[in-house]
Amino acid sequence: MNQALAIAFQILQSVFVVLAAPLLVGWVSQCRAWLQNRSAPSILLPYWTLAKLFHKDAVVARNASPLFRTTPYILFGCMWLAAGIVPVLATGLPFAPAADIIALVGVFALARVFSALAAMDIGTSFGGLGARREMLIGFLAEPAMLMTLFTAAFISGSTQLTTIVDTLGHRQFALYPSLAFAGVAFLMVLLAENARIPIDNPTTHLELTMVHEAMILEYSARHLALIEWAVAIKLFTYMTIGIALFVPWGIAPAGDWRALPAAVGALVAKLALAGAGLALIETLLAKLRLFLAPEFLSSAFLLAVLGMLTHFLVQG
Amino acid sequence: MQVFPSSLVGSLFVAVTWLAVAVLGLAPARNAFFSRRIAFPLGALAGLALAAFGLQAVWMPAQTLTLPLGLPDLPFHLRIDSLAGFFLMLLGSVAAGISVYAGGYFREEPSRRLALIAFQYHVFLASMAFVLLADDAYLFMVAWETMALSSYFLVITDHKQAAIRSAGFLYLLIAHLGAIAILLCFGVLHGGRGDYSFDALRAAQLQPGWATVAFLLAFFGFGAKAGMLPLHAWLPEAHPAAPSPVSALMSGIMLKTAIYGMVRVIFDLIGNVRWEWGLVVLAIGSGTTLFGVLYALMQHDLKRLLAYHSVENIGIILLGIGMSMVFIGFGHPAAGALGLIAALYHTLNHAVFKGLLFLGAGSILHSSGLRNLNDMGGLIHRMPKTAFYFLIGALAISALPPLNGFVSEWLTFQTALQAPILRNGVVRSLLPLFAATLALAGALTAMCFVKVFGIAFLGQPREPAHPSQLPHAGDAGNMERYGMAWLAAGCFLLGLFPTSFLLMLNRVAASLGGRGLSEQALSGSGWLWLVPTSAEQASYSPLIFLVVILAVTLLAFLLVRRFYHGRVRLADPWDCGYPEQSSRMQDTADAFGQPIRHVFGPLYRMDRTLPGPDDAKPRYILKIEDRHWYWLYLPVARAAEFVSSKIAMLQQGRISIYLLYSFITLIALLVFVR
Repeated sequence: MNQALAIAFQILQSVFVVLAAPLLVGWVSQCRAWLQNRSAPSILLPYWTLAKLFHKDAVVARNASPLFRTTPYILFGCMWLAAGIVPVLATGLPFAPAADIIALVGVFALARVFSALAAMDIGTSFGGLGARREMLIGFLAEPAMLMTLFTAAFISGSTQLTTIVDTLGHRQFALYPSLAFAGVAFLMVLLAENARIPIDNPTTHLELTMVHEAMILEYSARHLALIEWAVAIKLFTYMTIGIALFVPWGIAPAGDWRALPAAVGALVAKLALAGAGLALIETLLAKLRLFLAPEFLSSAFLLAVLGMLTHFLVQG
Repeated sequence: MQVFPSSLVGSLFVAVTWLAVAVLGLAPARNAFFSRRIAFPLGALAGLALAAFGLQAVWMPAQTLTLPLGLPDLPFHLRIDSLAGFFLMLLGSVAAGISVYAGGYFREEPSRRLALIAFQYHVFLASMAFVLLADDAYLFMVAWETMALSSYFLVITDHKQAAIRSAGFLYLLIAHLGAIAILLCFGVLHGGRGDYSFDALRAAQLQPGWATVAFLLAFFGFGAKAGMLPLHAWLPEAHPAAPSPVSALMSGIMLKTAIYGMVRVIFDLIGNVRWEWGLVVLAIGSGTTLFGVLYALMQHDLKRLLAYHSVENIGIILLGIGMSMVFIGFGHPAAGALGLIAALYHTLNHAVFKGLLFLGAGSILHSSGLRNLNDMGGLIHRMPKTAFYFLIGALAISALPPLNGFVSEWLTFQTALQAPILRNGVVRSLLPLFAATLALAGALTAMCFVKVFGIAFLGQPREPAHPSQLPHAGDAGNMERYGMAWLAAGCFLLGLFPTSFLLMLNRVAASLGGRGLSEQALSGSGWLWLVPTSAEQASYSPLIFLVVILAVTLLAFLLVRRFYHGRVRLADPWDCGYPEQSSRMQDTADAFGQPIRHVFGPLYRMDRTLPGPDDAKPRYILKIEDRHWYWLYLPVARAAEFVSSKIAMLQQGRISIYLLYSFITLIALLVFVR
């Protein structure tokens, strides 16, 4: 009975993440509009866009291979899996041990490889350009991401997100200076991995600068809708990973159903803050030239290494 | 009484079968049908049997056998234990797939040449089996040299081309440098006692200094064969020169015999591993890893690119071995066992996916006549089945879950995460940094294989520089496909059921290091969950991965169809308002590597020729060379030439002078002997 309840909750939680993800994107663009003194679109705009796209006829290039048409579904599946593993509302979910944070990085890498391959499928100049830039950012971000995760993993002695959350959030309070370094590094990686300013601009269609948009240029209708949705889930998941690693207070412990309403409240508050912060960053910063991305991400890597060394120094 | 033959006798029988197939194939030399339809499939069957015997041997106590062959008073000693069993399983199962493929691949070969190829091919297989079975230094070296020579002749199959002859020479040269180092290592271990059996070498008590000498000789000797930095130069020359099934054998299996030798000599024969040695292995391993993948990204010759990836993967294996040595040296056998398991797991994984990729490259070469990525494009439409298998191999080598490459890299990361138990602060912070090089290499590999698959199989056909069969390319033949399917199934099997392999490798590691993984790890691991240390620390379930992704993919597809529609309009690709798009505007392999050249520019020796602005037929020529040639190989070659020119002065061509030399030698000997 208890196990069935837990599995049901697991599925409900991932459905919640999948459904709520476009809301976060809407919130970020609303905040950004306010910060830039524009009148903001409705926070529900991403849903209307998705609905509109699903209704349209898909336009597919003549020489597209089956890979091109399956990739949007695969991306959606990968992101759903990632959303199911992160302890968004509660720890101790039955499927959570299926992957630790390293495997989670692997899921994102899988999605990236498929989207880059799909971009090269039609054989236009933009697709290849986007794919190559995306893979450039990917290989720069991955070591930095891993070092950040290592720092967090060393503190709790585990790479399981459940254990990390339990160590930080449910045991006695302690300050970890190493987490401050790791947190900044994680933020930088989050911006890069989610195609945000200063690495990429999600609203641009200027050929010299676009990365992610160049990859999905050939997609339309339901395929585009699935990709956009997957992108939204990815942002949501990254933010919840950040919450689990650095500010896990409020996530309900395993099996404690009464803590759930508070967990939902805490999650909404944290995400609202994080989304507003993201909008602020995107308003204050300009997009970097592509070849400044290595500097940006190698400083993220160095920060993460510093965090790890600090941890070893403080622990003695 | 045993009904089944013991695994040692069985393996010996398989090796002898391979030799018999080799010799029998020579007799009806005019009959290509015999080689393709009987010799290679028979070899594949023998390979399957060997895999079964190897698997059996992993779980059995060691068995020994003495054959009264060889020199008088020096019989051949054979032994099979868990480590040898594991590598025999690798050899047998991967060789089975490659042999089936080879039966289809050589269909256009003239019969005489094919008989010779089949002869060398099976001698090569048998010699590798004997390397793994050998229990004395004498048989080991005989088998090792047979392996080097038979593979040398396979490399120079197309010996009419000068480039292939020189590639073969370089291979032979470095192989022999390595063999000399291995011989010297056995000499150091032996210490002048007259018994070269591995038992005697194992029992030898070495002083720490001599143990370190033996370690360095073994490490660099076997490293030369494995393609480790800086002795890698032969690998990207020799692998592309050989016919594709042979490249697959060399890259997939022969490099692994070097790993076997390294593990056998360092962990088993020398023993008492020191952590300083581990740091040497780690430093060279991480250098090899990064070097391999960065140079692979610069290649446009598909087989050279794959060869550089072999260099990279050897580096990854070395990282696992090095971490294991560090942990064992500091007295943490459980963490050491985990590192060794990760390394051996990657050894098996690499054999499977690199074999698959080389076979895929062979099929492309066969049907389109192309090796240069810049001339390919759109092959997924012409050879969809090959594309499917190649994609599996590409995803596996890019260390993406849920395939097999990810499991071993994940285990290596988990080993690095054991670093806090080390006492030494510097080493403790170094291990995660070595793991970061692995992460970088993994992401770069993904980039490289997006390039390979994207350029070769996707997009539109490019205009080849020379006329090619690209427009008429067809899919691979049946036997080629069966071979690739076998290895692709291996990628899934190793990726989805890691726990059974973990338990097997735990047995191997325990037989070497005395202790395997912790009890918690073994009790936590089920068929579904992979648990390297304890369930709280880390776990991974590839099967759930695959099931969830497939289920959601399917569900999303059905829901979209149910609630909306599946209407599709076919159209031309969007041309951005510029209607004169051509297939030349796609990225080429060189263009795809451009960001890497920008970021890692100083690592390469580049020579670029850019076309002028009003060139009617612009050609961009880029030459990337390995810096090692200039600071290591050429100076050594020049020094060798200088020394030999001085020694050549001894050679006078007059018999009286030579008699004088003999006389002086005799006098000198008499003086010394007295």
